[in-house]
Amino acid sequence: MASGHDFDPKILGFLCNWCCYAGADLAGVSRYQYAPNIRIIRLMCSGRVDPAFVIRAFFNGHDGVFIGGCWLGECHYVTEGNYDAMSMMHLTKKLLKYIGVNPNRLRLEWVSASEGIRFAEVMNSFTDELKSMGHIGESEGQDQHMLKIKLEAAGKMIPYLKLVEREKLRVRFKTEEEYDEYFNSEDVNHVFHELIADKLVMSEILLLMARGALSNGEISEALALSPSDVSKHMGNCLSEGLVRYDPAKKNYVLA
Amino acid sequence: MPSVVDYSKGLKNVVHAEASLFACSTDTAKEISNTIRKKGLNRVVVAACTPRTHEPLFRDTLREGGINQYFYDMANIREHCSWVHSKEKDSATLKAKDLVRMSVARSSQLEPLKEFDLPVDKRAVVVGGGLAGMTSALGLARQGFEVSLLEKKPELGGMARRVRRTLEGMDIQAHLDEMIQKIYHHPLIHVFHDTTITEVSGYVGNFVTRLMSEGRHFELHHGAVILATGADEYKPTEYLYGRDERVVTQLELEDFLDKEDKRVMDSQSLVMIQCVGSRQEGRNYCSRVCCGQAVKNALRLKELKPEMEIYILYRDMRTYGFREDFYREAASKDVKFIRWEPEHGPQVESVEEDGRGLLRIRVPDQVLGKELEIDADTLVLSAAVVPSASSKEMAKLFKVSLNPDGFLQEAHVKLRPVDFSAEGVFLCGINHYPKHVTETISQALGAAGRAASLLSHDTITASGSVCEVDEDECISCGACISACTYGAIEFYDTAKGKKAKVNPVLCKGDGLCNAKCPTSAISLKHYTDDEVFYQIDSALEASMDEPALGEVNR
Ligand SMILES: Cc1cc2nc3c(=O)[nH]c(=O)nc-3n(C[C@H](O)[C@H](O)[C@H](O)COP(=O)(O)OP(=O)(O)OC[C@H]3O[C@@H](n4cnc5c(N)ncnc54)[C@H](O)[C@@H]3O)c2cc1C
Ligand code: SF4
Ligand code: SF4
Repeated sequence: MASGHDFDPKILGFLCNWCCYAGADLAGVSRYQYAPNIRIIRLMCSGRVDPAFVIRAFFNGHDGVFIGGCWLGECHYVTEGNYDAMSMMHLTKKLLKYIGVNPNRLRLEWVSASEGIRFAEVMNSFTDELKSMGHIGESEGQDQHMLKIKLEAAGKMIPYLKLVEREKLRVRFKTEEEYDEYFNSEDVNHVFHELIADKLVMSEILLLMARGALSNGEISEALALSPSDVSKHMGNCLSEGLVRYDPAKKNYVLA
Repeated sequence: MPSVVDYSKGLKNVVHAEASLFACSTDTAKEISNTIRKKGLNRVVVAACTPRTHEPLFRDTLREGGINQYFYDMANIREHCSWVHSKEKDSATLKAKDLVRMSVARSSQLEPLKEFDLPVDKRAVVVGGGLAGMTSALGLARQGFEVSLLEKKPELGGMARRVRRTLEGMDIQAHLDEMIQKIYHHPLIHVFHDTTITEVSGYVGNFVTRLMSEGRHFELHHGAVILATGADEYKPTEYLYGRDERVVTQLELEDFLDKEDKRVMDSQSLVMIQCVGSRQEGRNYCSRVCCGQAVKNALRLKELKPEMEIYILYRDMRTYGFREDFYREAASKDVKFIRWEPEHGPQVESVEEDGRGLLRIRVPDQVLGKELEIDADTLVLSAAVVPSASSKEMAKLFKVSLNPDGFLQEAHVKLRPVDFSAEGVFLCGINHYPKHVTETISQALGAAGRAASLLSHDTITASGSVCEVDEDECISCGACISACTYGAIEFYDTAKGKKAKVNPVLCKGDGLCNAKCPTSAISLKHYTDDEVFYQIDSALEASMDEPALGEVNR
């Protein structure tokens, strides 16, 4: 895969109509030139960006995902969805980290309708950052096939993520720093781990098996897990009726 | 451009593509609607400029072509492409193709949506019986609308009762008296005194406000509401205020002046300090009225007692507009203006000299470069205008926002200066920002005008892009309900248990709930998951042929 100078990262952007999209319009009207890597999807509010959008974009092979909203306190809506966009961004980054994707491939920025120049600058800086990372999976040292399996597994975590967000992680702070601190705190890491870690691995195992029955050994190699971890997860899958033992193949297969 | 047109022709579902130099001209619009009819088109994509300005126009074109206006999408290949990548023609052309492809993919998923008409209750409520509230109530009543004017206190008038006249000489009290007379005599205005609002429900065109007034409960139905709840004068804690009765605020001085009270009139020397409580940490705004008020009161003092020594210690004299002339007049009448910096503000102490009790004020003089010592009999503080507790209360009741200083926040400074982003709610007066009497009156007339333009419609049209719940998918988790601060979603009982339901009239279409829902039960029309997924999946040409991430959260 190309990298360095001739690598052109593919970026997908989700911009809120009222601020960032308008800022991008202003960049146009003012003829500020920037890297032509982004493809923009217009939404009414950055709070509309579903983690599923982000995971799907990466699954399709995008190298970076950009979310642009209004500055804090300037959301067009009483719901102030930009704060929620921040929570969602943090949770999605965590998910990306778990599956070994560099979380900096997801970037959230505030751009007001009057900041055309800032929009252009942000585009250039994100493009440069992604250029240095190379194609998705590349700097992470991930095999493309496994990466897709992991992203698909991550996608399956989203409903759980949303439930736990509602029950345990629905917070409203004033500043970005407070969000950073909270979502990187021990407590949140713990909640997140409890929720996601096992489910994610199980999901990865099932997806691997869906591509043909595999021995525990093959699974442990593919997912870089210890054999004892694999048997633990396999046990869970078995007790949840997700897999069964096939005596003919002397192996586990999907139930 | 030709290559983009050719490319578009080859896209799935595209049956017609053409180039047009001025797509938004009336002629081209006509042509597009003709083509829709002739070819039986059921989706239209215009690849041109930004939908933020041109979407409404082209939606009309679709309507003229006889198809639902939501079957329309716009690829922004000008602001987001040709204008910003003008030196990279090849990349720009590729990007334009991508944007068109994404638009076409999205369009294939678009659904026809219905905008619906709501009846408008032609009555209005005005909260606050100060100058702003009264002016707008009269403005509305004069145009034939029935108005309920709700005042917290036992009488009308508000802050203006304490401001005797304007700098320009307008007699505010006479104006108020006349106005109050008119209000009580107007058959279309109902005044409620001693009012507390207990509950507000409903939405633009159909509000229901419950209140207590003089011990009785009332329920008002109305289509619009104007908030004119005013602001307070800051109670200073600095410069001995409250501890020494010779220290007063400008409003208190106006009262003394009105009565020609000897406590002030006997003074040989009087000092005013500006910006008390304004333009400082925690209250960074300028209170706007105090400089004019200081000049006004100084001129009045000079008129009553020319020999009185008057000093105005200021940071910047901000006599807004033509009030500057009065500043010059005051200076010519020997009112002394002395500038101070926040780092070296005035110091005040109470001293005795030759048996005469004095207030000694020390302030570094910038011009002379040394500290001045002024002895005064009276010290007048130009206290800040601060938000009243009612602002918070209004924000809660009517779901409107406050700015960081605690004043009510309009929808847009320039485009919608007396509207809130919550529809049907308007504002005027100093609950919005400190302003002079004359400015309050203009703004109040403006708010009355905006409310009247809403109330003059028999119906209003609500957007079709609102949320809807698929009950079979809803697991009653409530994630959407707690996210929607418009209160647009509620649980209601069904045979299958309680399920979320959206009131389309309250929904503003931001779609936050959609992103919160774990099962995608709630969905924002016109920006549904599928519509966005199709855009995402078509953004990379290569990935279009590969299997999509079928299972992700669907
Ligand atoms: C300290 C100070 C000095 C000023 N000096 C000058 C000056 O020298 N020259 C000048 O031109 N302008 C001056 N102004 C500005 C002038 O007073 C205002 O522009 C004008 O009076 C504001 O009118 P209003 O109706 O917006 O507010 P207000 O006069 O404050 O009226 C608000 C009304 O709403 C009522 N209210 C509040 N909450 C509720 C509730 N929850 N329910 C029902 N009713 C409620 C209040 O009781 C009050 O009657 C000054 C203002 C202040 C604060
Ligand atoms: S789109 Fe916004 S306003 Fe509408 S129901 Fe969802 S959160 Fe509420
Ligand atoms: S978030 Fe979704 S599942 Fe939960 S209550 Fe709302 S509509 Fe139902």
